[in-house]
Amino acid sequence: MAPSLPTSILLLLAVAFTVVSAATSTSPTAPEDGIRVVSAEKRIDLTGPIVKVYLTLKVHNPATGSDASHVLIAFTPLEAQHLAIVKATRAEGKRKKKVYVPLPVEPVDLAANAPDGARLYSVSLSAPLRPSETTTMEVFYVLTHSLEPFPAEITQSESQLVYYRDSAVLLSPYHVLEQVTYVKMPSNRVESFTRVDPTSRSGPEVKYGTYKDQLPYAYSPILLHHENNHPFAVVEELVRKVEISHWGNVQVTEQYKLKHGGARHKGVFSRLEYQARQSISGASSFKNLLARLPPRVHSVYYRDEIGNISSSNLRTDSHKSELEFEPRYPLFGGWHCTFTIGYGMPLQDFLFESEDGRRFANLTFGCPLLNTVVDDLTIKIVLPEGSKSPQAVVPFLTEQHLETSYSYLDVVGRTTVVLKKKNVVGEHNVPFQVYYEFNPVFMLAEPLMLISAVLLFFVACIAYLHMDLSIGKSQAS
Amino acid sequence: MAEVEASTAASGDDRLRKASGGVLCAFTLLLIGVLAFSIRLFSVVKYESVIHEFDPYFNYRVTQFLSKSGIYEFWNWFDDRTWYPLGRVIGGTVYPGLTLTAGTMWWLLNSINIPLSVETVCVFTAPIFSANASWATYLLTKEAKGHGAGLMAATILAMVPSYISRSVAGSYDNEAVAIFALIFTFYLYVKTLNTGSLFYATLNALSYFYMVCSWGGYTFIINLIPMHVLLCIITGRYSSRLYIAYAPLVVLGTLLAALVPVVGFNAVLTSEHFASFLVFIILHVVALVYFIKGLLTPRLFKVAMTFVLTVGLALCFAAVAILVALVASSPTKGWSGRSLSLLDPTYASKYIPIIASVSEHQPPTWPSYFMDINVLAFLVPAGIISCFLPLSDASSFLVLYLVTSVYFSGVMVRLMLVLAPAACILSGIALSEAFNVLTRSMKFQRPRSDDGLPAAEDIITPGTSSTAATIVKSGNITKEKTENVSKGRPSKKNRKEKEWVGSSPVRPDMEEKLCVLPAEASAMGILFLIILCGLYVVHCVWAAAEAYSAPSIVLTSRSHEGLHVFDDFRESYAWLRHNTEVDDKVASWWDYGYQTTAMANRTVIVDNNTWNNTHIATVGTAMSSPEKAAWEIFNSLDVKYVLVVFGGLIGYPSDDINKFLWMVRIGGGEFPHIKEEDYLRDGNYRVDAQGTPTMLNCLMYKLCYYRFVETDGKGFDRARRYEIGRKHFKLTHFEEVFTTHNWMVRIYKLKPQKNRIRGKLKLKSSSKASSMRKGAGKKNPWQ
Repeated sequence: MAPSLPTSILLLLAVAFTVVSAATSTSPTAPEDGIRVVSAEKRIDLTGPIVKVYLTLKVHNPATGSDASHVLIAFTPLEAQHLAIVKATRAEGKRKKKVYVPLPVEPVDLAANAPDGARLYSVSLSAPLRPSETTTMEVFYVLTHSLEPFPAEITQSESQLVYYRDSAVLLSPYHVLEQVTYVKMPSNRVESFTRVDPTSRSGPEVKYGTYKDQLPYAYSPILLHHENNHPFAVVEELVRKVEISHWGNVQVTEQYKLKHGGARHKGVFSRLEYQARQSISGASSFKNLLARLPPRVHSVYYRDEIGNISSSNLRTDSHKSELEFEPRYPLFGGWHCTFTIGYGMPLQDFLFESEDGRRFANLTFGCPLLNTVVDDLTIKIVLPEGSKSPQAVVPFLTEQHLETSYSYLDVVGRTTVVLKKKNVVGEHNVPFQVYYEFNPVFMLAEPLMLISAVLLFFVACIAYLHMDLSIGKSQAS
Repeated sequence: MAEVEASTAASGDDRLRKASGGVLCAFTLLLIGVLAFSIRLFSVVKYESVIHEFDPYFNYRVTQFLSKSGIYEFWNWFDDRTWYPLGRVIGGTVYPGLTLTAGTMWWLLNSINIPLSVETVCVFTAPIFSANASWATYLLTKEAKGHGAGLMAATILAMVPSYISRSVAGSYDNEAVAIFALIFTFYLYVKTLNTGSLFYATLNALSYFYMVCSWGGYTFIINLIPMHVLLCIITGRYSSRLYIAYAPLVVLGTLLAALVPVVGFNAVLTSEHFASFLVFIILHVVALVYFIKGLLTPRLFKVAMTFVLTVGLALCFAAVAILVALVASSPTKGWSGRSLSLLDPTYASKYIPIIASVSEHQPPTWPSYFMDINVLAFLVPAGIISCFLPLSDASSFLVLYLVTSVYFSGVMVRLMLVLAPAACILSGIALSEAFNVLTRSMKFQRPRSDDGLPAAEDIITPGTSSTAATIVKSGNITKEKTENVSKGRPSKKNRKEKEWVGSSPVRPDMEEKLCVLPAEASAMGILFLIILCGLYVVHCVWAAAEAYSAPSIVLTSRSHEGLHVFDDFRESYAWLRHNTEVDDKVASWWDYGYQTTAMANRTVIVDNNTWNNTHIATVGTAMSSPEKAAWEIFNSLDVKYVLVVFGGLIGYPSDDINKFLWMVRIGGGEFPHIKEEDYLRDGNYRVDAQGTPTMLNCLMYKLCYYRFVETDGKGFDRARRYEIGRKHFKLTHFEEVFTTHNWMVRIYKLKPQKNRIRGKLKLKSSSKASSMRKGAGKKNPWQ
């Protein structure tokens, strides 16, 4: 035992040292700067296929601390995986003149992460929070694929039940003094929910709390089993191709791979029951989709690899165009379909010239289908032939690279900016810009090529008619 | 052309007139091409740019494969997604002409970066080749009767309904390309016959090769041309031009045809090609005879003739006897089934129900003649007469072409397509001659004005009447004459000159005869002809727009609420494509095989290439068997889904119940336990209360009408207009997995094999010996 004692002391010392060093290495995001959440309210909206969470945090910086420029938000690893977007705003000004200022949110490096693999996101405050100041923040985030169908397979006549897992208390790197959680479900049909007292339910809404004095990283799992017959439309893959032509048109082609992401359909599909008893048969299936397109779209088409699909309807007004369409067959859980939507838009609505002489196209990110999740989004912006030094400005992180594509008599090819992003929801439908340099002379390249080809053809014809190509000598008659 | 004019030192005025005539002619041809192309676009405008019907889907799929994998992969393509479990060697069993044409067009376009999809190219291949076909018609008719008739014939062909029916945009079928190849081959043959140029003879062989690549109908060419050669020989029109036109075609053509995998050695082995070889021999004998005749004195020649005849006849008989013995030793006498049914129209219905079951192999009715060639039927006799007026090699060929094709079209409605060009050419000749005669007689009725006469004179002068007369009198002299000419000027000038020789003979004697018509009569005649042409145009446009442009995979109906679209076929194919496993096998009647492989991308058991009768009979038997037996057949074929087409809900007549008689007939032909009389009530297939129990219990009935009664409570079948016989029943071995919106396509899944039921096990063990029972008792103490 003799040698073990010093080792254990050493170990202890080492542990103590590391703890101290961790504490002393005051990274700006470490929770030890004494911030407390005075009160928190978490509202979870389960009414759609996508989970939306609204957090209201009242954050207090104690008098002993220093200025805080960041506030951290924590997510479980699973949540972080399904997290599509996080937005934060801060209320500024007094009661009447209250304005909400959007705040930048960034994921924190893995190295500084908290226990149990919790992921931290840091909200940078516009003005640092001084000691003994209090501020109110609104955080909004969207989780996709977080409703797990149970039972996982249903027949045509059953309705769809899903599980939702979360925590009753707020997962936070700070002390939470007071906190409430509200969960709103789409219907009164709730099979079961976990009770973490105090818990109360009124209709489709369950209230957890009020909980007081929760330690950092407190977690108390809850499970809600409820009915959700909303269409779980999931676009597994979407490729949007935007072709910009300086002759006056922006052509968009969108290729969708759609799936019903809810409980899988099992057994018989009876058209008879589907048609005769629509209210109870195939309640979770869907056959309509709605796409919101820019105003003034023209030549819209809707087809798939085997031809036109004749069930679509386009409504246009001065603000937007709405394309309502049906896939070839109603989609039940686990069924797939693919289709392509294409449309043209007038160039002057989207292409502008910036002050430094470059052009920029102002386009919308995301997917025009409402209430859908896009697992894998690729946007290809095909710039006109001869454009140089393209640069895409997108308000969030995307994977970007350049390609060259060829169409309609191209010689050098068109520069194509490719943007890729996973897990895209409706909140990503924000404008983004692609800047590039373009010399209008290139517009004439292809017409000139055609003209010279026709000219050459005629010259060849004339030459042929004036030549005698016969081998034998021609004699005068 | 300019050089010709310069050398002949014609006046500038004449030159200008000819040049403007040439330009006008070229412009008219261009317009005819545009007309031929655009009249076929009704289907795209009214419906959509999509491949039509059944066979085009196969061709489209092959083209897709070609464009994706390249030509060498294509030749070696073994398709395992059809005829499961046999598969099909596509590269060796398909006529590759159409596919290669469209594939080449697609490749060309893509290599200059025009990103058209394979589908678009396929859709527009047929209209493009219709334009080509009408230009080829112009050339062919021009060879026989001059420019005017050529333009007329080209215009008529551009919009003849019979050809439109096979070549609307989207109808991506062999015939679309083959008709062009057919006419062009005939043109080159006639051209060679007129010029005696080996250049055209070689081109002719190449064109024939293209035809062989494109369509099985090439046998028509290789029989028609020998017939014409024989006719020429018999009527004493043998010339060296005839030899040049025919001998290279047979030699080169046969060699080239043997290169096409689907023909291969058939080019020398099957009876369809024997006529050409026989005529080839005869031609050589005749050539020898003419040669010897030139060497010997007439008396010596007679002696030699009798000697040769006796020896030759003996040899001939021996050869023919051997040939007959060889041919007779094969079961079908060396003829393929389709050819036999051409020679004996009743053959198919007697022996091969699968050929008879195809609607386009039925003989046509009179209305279908009127529908497909309309007023041409009345103009053709006039055309024949005008072909005989001065009978030349070219015009005799046209007459022969018409006569044979009339016969073939009478046998099979599909071969109306071969008749159409012949009818167009002869009608074009007739109309052109009639207009010629009528306008001329009007002109000459007038007191001869100053401007009328010189023009007429101009036309007469170049082709002197003596040339025409000699041509009519004897082919011999003409031959020498043209040979002289061809020796003299082998250049382009020469070609121009010969066109004059070929086309002029019509005019001179016309002049003398036909200026006798009174002015009023000729005015009336012109008016009548114009009205007739107008009617034809109206009919053609109607046929193109209404009758022949429906793609048949999308149905539309007009009601007071507006247009209603039935897109059920594609709905079901899209469902199969996206919601079943890639390797699942789908069974359906063979009509839907090509579409299922192309649109749903699933393996099928049988398809429209009906090469294996037994396999089709197996599916037919399964469809006409009771559920359990059918399940066993399908299960043995590894089938997972069964697809039936049902028109009872919306009244779609060509559904599987109406095709059911062929399933029974073909199935019964191979498997005798399926007896047609079991399904017949008073000679009819009925599915109402009078239907036979076998009928109301067979799989097809059950799959079509499963839960049908619940739609309206009575089970009223709108396609057959009566209530069905058996309304309430359950399926035991199949389950419904998909039915389209209008119930037109219903897809069922084979239920998996049941686990062994305990009761059955007990039954088995109790039937066994008592020693077993002892053992069981020991094993299970609670029993």
